[in-house]
Amino acid sequence: MDQQSANRPVFAPWNDPNEKPLIRFQNVTKKFGEFIAIDDLTLDIYRREFFALLGPSGCGKTTLMRMLAGFEKPTTGTILLDGQDIAPIPPNRRATNMMFQSYALFPHLSVWDNIAFGLKRSDMPADKIGARVEEMLRLVRLEKFAKRKPHQISGGQRQRVALARSLAKAPKLLLLDEPLGALDKKLRQDTQFELMDIQEKTGTTFVIVTHDQEEAMTVASRVAVMDHGRMIQVDTPDRIYETPNSVYVADFIGDVNIIEGTAAPKGEGMVAIAWAEGQPEIAATPAGQVAKGARVHFAIRPEKVAITTEKPEGRANAIEGAVHDIAYLGNISTYKVEVAGGRMIKAQVANDRRISRRDISWDDRVWLSFTDTAGVVLLS
Amino acid sequence: MNRRFSWFNATSITLGFAFLYLPMIILVTFSFNESKLVTVWAGFSTKWYGELFRDQAFLNAAWVTLKVAVISSTVATVLGTMAAYVIVRAGRFPGRTMFSGMIYAPLVMPEVITGLAMLLLFITIGLDRGVFTIILAHITFTMCFVSVVVSSRLATFDRSLEEAALDLGCTPFDAFKSVTLPIIAPAVVSGWLLAFTLSLDDLVISQFVAGPSATTLPMKIFSSVRLGVNPQINALSTILISIVTVGVISASLISKRSIARQRAEELAAVRT
Repeated sequence: MDQQSANRPVFAPWNDPNEKPLIRFQNVTKKFGEFIAIDDLTLDIYRREFFALLGPSGCGKTTLMRMLAGFEKPTTGTILLDGQDIAPIPPNRRATNMMFQSYALFPHLSVWDNIAFGLKRSDMPADKIGARVEEMLRLVRLEKFAKRKPHQISGGQRQRVALARSLAKAPKLLLLDEPLGALDKKLRQDTQFELMDIQEKTGTTFVIVTHDQEEAMTVASRVAVMDHGRMIQVDTPDRIYETPNSVYVADFIGDVNIIEGTAAPKGEGMVAIAWAEGQPEIAATPAGQVAKGARVHFAIRPEKVAITTEKPEGRANAIEGAVHDIAYLGNISTYKVEVAGGRMIKAQVANDRRISRRDISWDDRVWLSFTDTAGVVLLS
Repeated sequence: MNRRFSWFNATSITLGFAFLYLPMIILVTFSFNESKLVTVWAGFSTKWYGELFRDQAFLNAAWVTLKVAVISSTVATVLGTMAAYVIVRAGRFPGRTMFSGMIYAPLVMPEVITGLAMLLLFITIGLDRGVFTIILAHITFTMCFVSVVVSSRLATFDRSLEEAALDLGCTPFDAFKSVTLPIIAPAVVSGWLLAFTLSLDDLVISQFVAGPSATTLPMKIFSSVRLGVNPQINALSTILISIVTVGVISASLISKRSIARQRAEELAAVRT
């Protein structure tokens, strides 16, 4: 990452067998009484990564983060930070800092004192603290607000104070717990880019917890999708989206059509999926071997399904149906089309024409088509 | 909301307040009476206040009372805050419910019983009764009031503030000192004022645990009245009423206004 050349090297330490992870979870299990919050989890996170933990509430992502911060201890298994077991180290002596979901700014201290709080408790000499606080204020563009109390600034500014405070001690690892949850959508999007910018500038490893898949996809170098205390898939955002490894991941990230059927190999690595009586089989390309007669789920993103009024020529798959519903979102429209057996398939179309010229309407007979590589075959 | 102030409401309020404050108004009025006869008005005078300040026995009692109130409320505040912190913060530990119940039990315990129990304890361990035993007894019964005030504040305190302090390098004690305590300070102060006022006007428990060497003002008043009410007592009671009134009003102002303001600040600081 030290070259500044025009064609930047791909940042993918997880593919480099010589790279040592910054954090390593080894068979970590965390129980709260009978409840298993983290279930035998193994995971590596590398230096300078922007790592997103994504999942519904109660999936264990916050517990995972709190174990990194030191507020929870694993029941079994070890967590290594830079090769050192961190279980016995209390939160105040860890080289990690956390940005809290509630920001947790100290209401009785000014913005300046909030940022200086951690520095005053570090071994930094007192005369260096001022300069570091100023540097942090510049980083989050809050120089003018140094003397204000947290209740005298806006939500977005508080969020930046919280970020500056957690970055001030230059932690090896910064933990962000739903950092943007309290901001409105527009501010959230701006702040996401700001976060990425700051992460790149400081070179700190970020681990972010979020339930917002769009946020995870935007900021992260890798996304871990969690469910019930297990890692379902850990991969780059594009691979998570394009090649989900399970129905759960496909369904959790973005919009998806899932069609259940029976597969039969067709040669050249292709399969034919029988999904409804009297309908042409779906031709698809699975990632691995699929046995004859296996029950599979065929997952395809709505934007990869084309919708036409005439049967298209030369498409690998074409299914006839009737328009059931149209959701107009401005830039795109989603058509919900009823096909054989009452099944709904969504097709998404960019609105490159003005609405008055749109030629598909409710109850129209239409054809849905997609190529044989557009979807993913998931084994049940 | 346009609520009419009907004759019924007016009557209720008049009756209620008359019931509560008429005795005190009479007492305060007659403390400024010229006459030595308590129930006969003979013109305005402040001479009984002057006489009061020349009476050495009363001054001694006042000094004992003040000493007891300051020391006991201070110790009770420290202990009560610690107890509240444990109850609210320590999570589930065996006997937590019993422990918290036992802290609040003295709130509803008849004073006579508390007094008697303390007396028996002091006799058993052979402690000479005097100012020290009054202080001990007052700490015991005022501590739970402090505890109630402080724990209600702690219950609404965002725990992540303490975690943030730990995360930024504080030891647990440092986190309490530099984050928790400054934020809950108004509740602690109002707990202290409450304990101070309670200690100031306690009669029953003091009666049990005081020795012949130590007499508090309420005890002095009570014993004087048995020999007949004199205007000096009225004057003294008026002074006590004012101190207690100031104490209670400031306690409630501090807790209401500044806790509400601080809470708002805290909410603002942790959420948008």
